[in-house]
Amino acid sequence: MAAAPQQSKIVRWIDHRLPIFTFMRHELNEYPTPRNLSYWWNFGSLSGIMLVIMILTGIFLAMQYTPHVDYAFDSVERIMRDVNFGWLLRYMHMNGASLFFVVVYIHLFRGLYYGSYKEPRELLWMLGVVILLLMMATAFMGYVLPWGQMSFWAAKVITNLFSAIPVVGDGIVKWMWGGFTVGNPTLNRFYSLHYLLPFLIVGVVALHLIALHQHGSNNPLGIDRKGPQDSIPFHPYYTVKDMFGLGVFLIVYAVFVFYLPDALGDPVNYVPANPLQTPLEIVPEWYFLPYYAILRSVPDILFIPAKLAGVLCLFGAIIVLFFLPWLDTSRVRSARFRPVYKWVFWLLVIDVVVLGYCGAHRPEGWFIVAGRLATLYYFLHFIVLFPVIGWLERPLPLPTSISAAVTKKSSAPVAAASSMEKH
Amino acid sequence: MADAAQSKPMDAHIQESGTRRDFLQIAATALTGIGAAVALWPLIDSMNAAKDTLALATAEVDLAPVQLGQRLTVKWRGSPVFIDHRTPEEIQAAEAVDVSTLRDPQTDAQRVKKAEWLIVVGVCTHLGCVPLGQKPTDPRGDYGGWFCPCHGSQYDTSGRIRQGPAPLNLAVPPYQFTTDTTVKIG
Ligand code: HEM
Ligand code: FES
Repeated sequence: MAAAPQQSKIVRWIDHRLPIFTFMRHELNEYPTPRNLSYWWNFGSLSGIMLVIMILTGIFLAMQYTPHVDYAFDSVERIMRDVNFGWLLRYMHMNGASLFFVVVYIHLFRGLYYGSYKEPRELLWMLGVVILLLMMATAFMGYVLPWGQMSFWAAKVITNLFSAIPVVGDGIVKWMWGGFTVGNPTLNRFYSLHYLLPFLIVGVVALHLIALHQHGSNNPLGIDRKGPQDSIPFHPYYTVKDMFGLGVFLIVYAVFVFYLPDALGDPVNYVPANPLQTPLEIVPEWYFLPYYAILRSVPDILFIPAKLAGVLCLFGAIIVLFFLPWLDTSRVRSARFRPVYKWVFWLLVIDVVVLGYCGAHRPEGWFIVAGRLATLYYFLHFIVLFPVIGWLERPLPLPTSISAAVTKKSSAPVAAASSMEKH
Repeated sequence: MADAAQSKPMDAHIQESGTRRDFLQIAATALTGIGAAVALWPLIDSMNAAKDTLALATAEVDLAPVQLGQRLTVKWRGSPVFIDHRTPEEIQAAEAVDVSTLRDPQTDAQRVKKAEWLIVVGVCTHLGCVPLGQKPTDPRGDYGGWFCPCHGSQYDTSGRIRQGPAPLNLAVPPYQFTTDTTVKIG
């Protein structure tokens, strides 16, 4: 395939040897996309942009940061006070991490609602779960770098989780620390890995996109595209829509960075790390609260002690997502046509919020009960409700095609769009 | 295309199973795999505690200024060590416990060298927080020892786990009394 004929000689020369322009035209201009994507489909490209922002701000922070227990805290304070625009870099990176999780969580729940994990997008979904795991590891290690009290104690408590593993647990924890406790070797390796993992994420994102472009995007109706009348080219239609969404998102991001820079963080992390004193309450960043609640809620299960059971459930809560394409037995993708699942979906959203709320409070009194019930429901939702609802539910009749469904509702704008396509 | 052309004669070999070529292929693959695994070991082991880290292993403490009933925190291998100059009542409370009721059964005598000095690592055996109780104003839990604020583990005056999620007693570090009033930890 050659570059489009209207392109310049240089472009054609290059494209003949390195078909980069053909590739871009194929994946952007010609890439057929369902014509009915809603704004929930913006969060994929937003995640990608967040990843780029995190890597950019991170690389420039790394030029000023010192990974040593005696200097790390001060070097971050220096970034905040003395480095030109250091405060901006750090606040963008810090709040960027939070908003990155907001965007990715919305992206994930979008997939849950519209059944985007179903055949033929199982691997696409599973690669997404891998990205989530890598992001969690990256954010955890990044949070340790400023070496505040919360950094230190989060590192200590989370690494100690692995000591729950029978027999080899203690050895693994000492190995992760590179010493007798969390210390300088730990800080150094976390820095090294915090630098590395985002680039691994880039790699997995590439695979995620290859898998996406194989079958194209799912859509709010959850039915396959049947012909050209169901699609529009990605560029310019969705590039424009994504840009608009980005604008709105950047406003929210800017409000946090410029007006509420510490709203999402814990003030205790502005106290330098002290290995001899635990803060009164150890709370993770908000995006880890539901998992933290699961960890703390689980009691002894049969012969498994609470500490190990908590760790298993914590990881299980993410691992179960890998199996979702096979746990959901319904063949209808979109919740729009699933009268029961449509409501049950929201129970999971509520459940995760309840878990987050429990994770932010000491496990005492009602919080223990609520935490345990919410944890139980979480697993019940995936392991029992997904298969059972799929079997019992009678889905509504699906529309015959995307274009039939969207033109029935409002014919005017669609007609305009398709006439534009001809130009 | 090239693949298809080559695969014809290969297929013929596979039919008559267990040829010399199969053997060589399996042996080479297996050895490469083992070689790669062995080559990984130096990378993994480099992350274990280095020799200089391991060498930082002792702390000398002068006990003379520690009053009866007072608790002292010292740092050893980056973690706090609790030194408790126990009162006769505290010693008695620790000795009176029926060991069979404990989660991690140990007598008080197994945990001390001199009854009035309890020396334990101040790291909760649950997830590693530092329990409260070193200052007179700290909460000490229902058993008069230490209280871990993280998830509520309670330790008695012998540093044994009595309540809460922690599985084990506070660890006793290796130590020696070098004189009557100095102790070397580690
Ligand atoms: C997936 C992308 C990333 C995420 C989710 C992430 C997350 C975080 C978080 C949560 C912090 C702690 C912020 C604070 O409380 O101060 C942090 C700090 C840091 N990160 Fe990242 N990060 C990412 C990518 C990167 C990259 C690619 C680099 C370097 C090339 C980097 C370099 C740093 C540095 C030097 C710090 C310490 C300075 C500071 O605390 O502001 N990060 N990161
Ligand atoms: S760390 Fe002490 S109770 Fe959990």
